[in-house]
Amino acid sequence: MAKAMTKSKLVETIAERTNITKSRAEEVVNTIFDTMADAMSRGEGIEIRGFGSFTIRSYEGYTGRNPKTNTPVEVKPKKLPFFKVGKDLKDLVASKAHIPLPEDDDDDDDDKSDDNDGGDDEL
Amino acid sequence: MTKQEIIESVYAKVGGFSKKEAQDIVEAIFETMKETLANGRKLKLSGFGNFVVRDKGKRPGLNPRTKEKIVLDARRVVRFRPSPVLKAMINGEKAPDSDE
Repeated sequence: MAKAMTKSKLVETIAERTNITKSRAEEVVNTIFDTMADAMSRGEGIEIRGFGSFTIRSYEGYTGRNPKTNTPVEVKPKKLPFFKVGKDLKDLVASKAHIPLPEDDDDDDDDKSDDNDGGDDEL
Repeated sequence: MTKQEIIESVYAKVGGFSKKEAQDIVEAIFETMKETLANGRKLKLSGFGNFVVRDKGKRPGLNPRTKEKIVLDARRVVRFRPSPVLKAMINGEKAPDSDE
């Protein structure tokens, strides 16, 4: 339960669930995320009803400062994908909010901070 | 881009499925992703990004329009953190050597 769902576990689950081979399931999973990444790299948004939507936000460049050395740092303009959770998924997640979250099973730093996402997790 | 276009892309690029089969499999994938997150599990899609579920405590806030003090309720949210590969693609840069 507490283990993260990785792409390869997703592939296995889908193979079982839809009765296709793992290699076919893998092709489909890869095609889906490649298709989505391609759309976003064209600047296109994606809407998956019930799951959520992705939009591309543009950020202007600015001169930052390294807080340790106080040296100015040029931050270039960039684009980042922004995910907004869909109503179905949002309600589903909220409906289980009384159940404690499972322990993390890895040491990724991908969820330690909220510093890199514009701050507004809910629009 | 909509889910329908993703289904069509799967149908066109992965041979051997009928449109109905392609649709059923794509739906099953998003359903599985939803169930995973509903159970509070992390979803790690290498090369694309990670979806994580976080609990947010209740906190004081302001109504941005009236500046009135309000209490924002505790809630459970889904966050997406794009992988370095996806970020590079979106910015038209060369993908970094390693993902994650």
